Amino acid sequence: MSETPGAGPAPEEIKAVPVRHPGRWVGVAVLALLIAMLVNSLVNNPAYRWDTVGKYLFDQRLSQAALVTLQLTVLSMFFGVVLGVVLAMMRLSPNPILSSAAWVYLWVFRGTPVYTQLVFWGLISILYPSLGVGIPFGPEFVSFETETVITFFVAAVIGLSLNESAYMAEIVRAGITSVEYGQSEAASALGMQRAQIMRRIVLPQAMRVIIPPTGNELISMLKTTSLVTAVPLTTELYSKSREISLALFQPIPLLICAAIWYLAITSILMVGQYYIERYYARGSQRSLPPTPIQKLRTRLGGLKPPPAREAGPAPLSAQRSTEGGTE
Amino acid sequence: MTATEAPMVLAEGVHKRYGRVEVLKGIDLRVERGAVMCVIGPSGSGKSTFLRCINHLEQINAGRLWVDGELVGYRQRGDKLYELREADVARQRIEVGMVFQHFNLFPHMTVLGNLVEAPLRVKREPKAEVHERARDLLDRVGLGDKAGAYPRQLSGGQQQRVAIARALAMRPKLMLFDEPTSALDPELVGEVLDVMRGLADTGITMVVVTHEMGFAREVGDELVFMDGGVVVEAGPPRDVLGDPKHERTRSFLSKVL
Ligand SMILES: Nc1ncnc2c1ncn2[C@@H]1O[C@H](COP(=O)(O)OP(=O)(O)OP(=O)(O)O)[C@@H](O)[C@H]1O
Ligand SMILES: [Mg+2]
Repeated sequence: MSETPGAGPAPEEIKAVPVRHPGRWVGVAVLALLIAMLVNSLVNNPAYRWDTVGKYLFDQRLSQAALVTLQLTVLSMFFGVVLGVVLAMMRLSPNPILSSAAWVYLWVFRGTPVYTQLVFWGLISILYPSLGVGIPFGPEFVSFETETVITFFVAAVIGLSLNESAYMAEIVRAGITSVEYGQSEAASALGMQRAQIMRRIVLPQAMRVIIPPTGNELISMLKTTSLVTAVPLTTELYSKSREISLALFQPIPLLICAAIWYLAITSILMVGQYYIERYYARGSQRSLPPTPIQKLRTRLGGLKPPPAREAGPAPLSAQRSTEGGTE
Repeated sequence: MTATEAPMVLAEGVHKRYGRVEVLKGIDLRVERGAVMCVIGPSGSGKSTFLRCINHLEQINAGRLWVDGELVGYRQRGDKLYELREADVARQRIEVGMVFQHFNLFPHMTVLGNLVEAPLRVKREPKAEVHERARDLLDRVGLGDKAGAYPRQLSGGQQQRVAIARALAMRPKLMLFDEPTSALDPELVGEVLDVMRGLADTGITMVVVTHEMGFAREVGDELVFMDGGVVVEAGPPRDVLGDPKHERTRSFLSKVL
């Protein structure tokens, strides 16, 4: 046993009988049966009216409505995230007035149904018929008719953003607190100030924790837009498909059309999320996970070994001594 | 006292409390320009706390602390003290580099990014100049080929050398080291100490909390033994290590040597 490992000729490759998994095969069989039944019912049940689905899926009214839904989602999410970051900073602020104000905000907006909030924003012009800019309790400089500024679309975006920001605030806060305190300390020692440390050091690292639940929020927002009928805004996907189906007396096929559109948008958003996550993962692992395309390429490329990571020992430093200075 | 004849660090009766617990109980110290002061002492004796007070990461409760003739964290008018604003504290910290036990490199930035971040964004120095200096520094710590790597792709010893280069990129006049080799495997300690030894030769003032007695004896101009929040004994390393005057120093040294 005095031979050094790795010397001698290459050892014989192991060829063993792999463990069998009979349970897996039973599972596959059951699943295949269920899928066959589902497909059968989809194809053979005439109530689905696939002909109508095909006719209306790319109807201009529906694609237009899908665009409105997408706009609502993106705008509400954008303002929700911005306000959420502000609220998270307030919650974490040492100033007790700021942090309790943020707490009350979260309490109100998470504590009431978003449907109710949307109805409220639709009614805002009754509460405040005109909006103005001026000195509190003093003269007003400019004033607007509320109805002309806050259209139903604007009201929907306000309602969705404010509700969203309460949830985003907690997600952002969790992200910020997940970053080790030593990071802020090292940045302070370099002469950086609080705002800069937050922007350059803490938030970019917090993103890894913030993005996955934010992706959830985004997809959930896409579907929550169907509630804006409460405002009432009726130009988005769900309302539009209802409207067409009521005229046709065929509720099912248009529901399927809408579902397909929602799924399509969700899929696009999920791809976007994957790449954003990958961007913020840089530096967190020793090498980045491959993109699906890279994965596909290596699979097709068969046994080609993956490109070697940059590794190898560092060249000796000029001043490095031979015996460690530990004594 | 004028800035040119002032010592680099001067502490007079520095006290620090956490709640009721008094961690520093009156520290008097003087670090001359260009000197290397090593600080040793048992765990919990307040070494890290004192080091952190020097760049105002901790606020002191009593006494006075000067860096390069300037009061740390406060401004004095008559006999009244005024707290400095965040921007002024940050300005003071620019002059003081700090190296931590756990490196605290920014993991989302490359090695080069770590080095140029503060010179570009805090000191607002020209980009070309900063990058050139950063590359020189990386060469000096023997990591010229790692500029594009991320900290987690480096060994602990390499990370600590990057951390030293990052602090030096700000061109500080004082460097603070808090047990820079304690988190390293024994075979990686040497490479970091070599870099520090090279740094001491450049004449920069250094305060080093360490358990590396060999380094203290060889490189240190002065050795300070702290215990229980006070300086028990200070002097040339050869004297303190070879012929300690105090019983507490003697018993500590008998355990670590
Ligand atoms: N934030 C804090 N709150 C309360 N107590 C603290 C805090 N930081 C440090 N202490 C206490 O202060 C004392 C001195 O801590 P310090 O970190 O300065 O010791 P040290 O000499 O650096 O020890 P070590 O060699 O283990 O690093 C310890 O008893 C510690 O428990
Ligand atoms: Mg310590």
